[in-house]
Amino acid sequence: MQSPVKYLSRKGWHQTAIIAIIGGIYVFGSWILNFDNLNGLLAIPKAFAWLGVNFRPNANTMEYLPRILQKLIQTVLLAIASTVVAAIISIFVALLGSKVTGINGFVQTIVRGIASFFRNIPLVAWSMILLFSFKQSDFTGFLALLLMSIGYLIRAFMEIIEDEASETMLALKATGASYFQVIFQAVLPQILPSILSWILYMIENNVRDATLVGILTGTGIGFIFDIYYKSFRFDAAGMTVLAIIFVVIALEIISNQIRKVIL
Amino acid sequence: MTDSESVLQQPKTPKSPEIKLHEKSLSRTMIIVVFASLVLITGYTLTHLDTAGVQINVAIKELMTTMNQMFLQPNAGTDGLPLLLQALGSSVILSILTTIIGAVFGFLFAVLASKNLTNAYLGASIRVIMAVVRAIPTIIWALIFSIVCGLGTTAAILGLSFHSVAYLTKAYSESIEGIDESTIESLKVTGAKFWVIVFQAIWPTIVASFVSWTFIRLEINFANAIAVGAAAGAGGIGYQLFVASGMSFDFHETGFIVYMVVLVTFVLEFIAVKIRRFYLSR
Repeated sequence: MQSPVKYLSRKGWHQTAIIAIIGGIYVFGSWILNFDNLNGLLAIPKAFAWLGVNFRPNANTMEYLPRILQKLIQTVLLAIASTVVAAIISIFVALLGSKVTGINGFVQTIVRGIASFFRNIPLVAWSMILLFSFKQSDFTGFLALLLMSIGYLIRAFMEIIEDEASETMLALKATGASYFQVIFQAVLPQILPSILSWILYMIENNVRDATLVGILTGTGIGFIFDIYYKSFRFDAAGMTVLAIIFVVIALEIISNQIRKVIL
Repeated sequence: MTDSESVLQQPKTPKSPEIKLHEKSLSRTMIIVVFASLVLITGYTLTHLDTAGVQINVAIKELMTTMNQMFLQPNAGTDGLPLLLQALGSSVILSILTTIIGAVFGFLFAVLASKNLTNAYLGASIRVIMAVVRAIPTIIWALIFSIVCGLGTTAAILGLSFHSVAYLTKAYSESIEGIDESTIESLKVTGAKFWVIVFQAIWPTIVASFVSWTFIRLEINFANAIAVGAAAGAGGIGYQLFVASGMSFDFHETGFIVYMVVLVTFVLEFIAVKIRRFYLSR
């Protein structure tokens, strides 16, 4: 039996200890990295003041707009294409690897291992090795995003199948339906809304990641930002950032609306 | 009598209403429309893709050689193990540091932005600002800060923190908005002050989801730390990865670095699962 006073003092101790440990890690980390907290804090208003002066698009910036928009549309299309192709591949792999629909334990383990390996290889590494063989082209960006997305989507789809489809599947199995009937009549229709929701999320994510891939592989919106930024055409760079903000938020709003209807 | 007999002998085939296999609904139509348009867009994009005249079979053969060097013959290369370990350590610390900053400020902003806690205007304006901050990729934040602070860790920390704060604000405030209204009401009735409600009612309720979101962000931040190191020259293992794969073309070393990174992410995932289980079981 614990008295309330003892419980509270213990709880207090517990919290103080956790806060002290986290604070300690923070101070130690700043020291190791030579991070000057005060200067860092002061840099934030300075950065915004600088942004306000230099990144503001002016009258001349308008002439960059067509090119920015063209690259932006290209990037969004690339993000969508890579996500859809990744989703098609992932759904089959996920069906093979999930605990409910999977073939056997061995295959399941292998699929899980491959998925988490693909997911954890840094996007930088994919971009660079693909750039080496596929040169500076949109296809390189497409492949880098594709390989990354496959890792995420396999894991997400497997979890969806295990969470949502197991009961429907049992019900249909009990009627004597064959494996493929179960998959196409029970599992896939059941999980379709959640899968679509994940695809929409992955598209948003890929548009953001495409910027990084673009900077590294010289494609799409990332490349054009990098060019403007490094040649000190900051007004054009600012315009590019505004365009990215616009597209990402628009995509977020559209997918939220779609989710409201389907889920 | 004859009437009923004839009915018995020749029963009319009962007309059953047609069974609809799929109920028609808005959500079904929406799913089909969205899927169809996504597939159409994909088809269009893939047929109009600029491949820069690369021969696919040659490129794939080359890629296989590269992958073979990476994954089957990894070694520490010219940089040596100590240097790589040091770079890896600084990337890990960078991600932990930015996650702590993100968690602290994210929680503060989440409390101020949640619909069930604050007035509508403050909440709405914080949500809009955070949506804009989140829309800008981390790498661009890091590049912007690197102009003011110079290339290096400070710019990387600030860039990563900005995105973390915005991301965690959204995640935490969604958990806070899921809290039962009556919990907050009953504390308000006792005359408890705002921060008392936050720390005595809200915090204990959301601590489990707080911990899981924070660890998800830690994993994202580690990936972002590598990206920022490579594309913004902010140091750490990302920079080493960039140099090995893009400048010195030492794919053995690239493979070695990739294995190190994957190992760290496995460890982070393992710790996250353990801590999440601890908080969920309480």
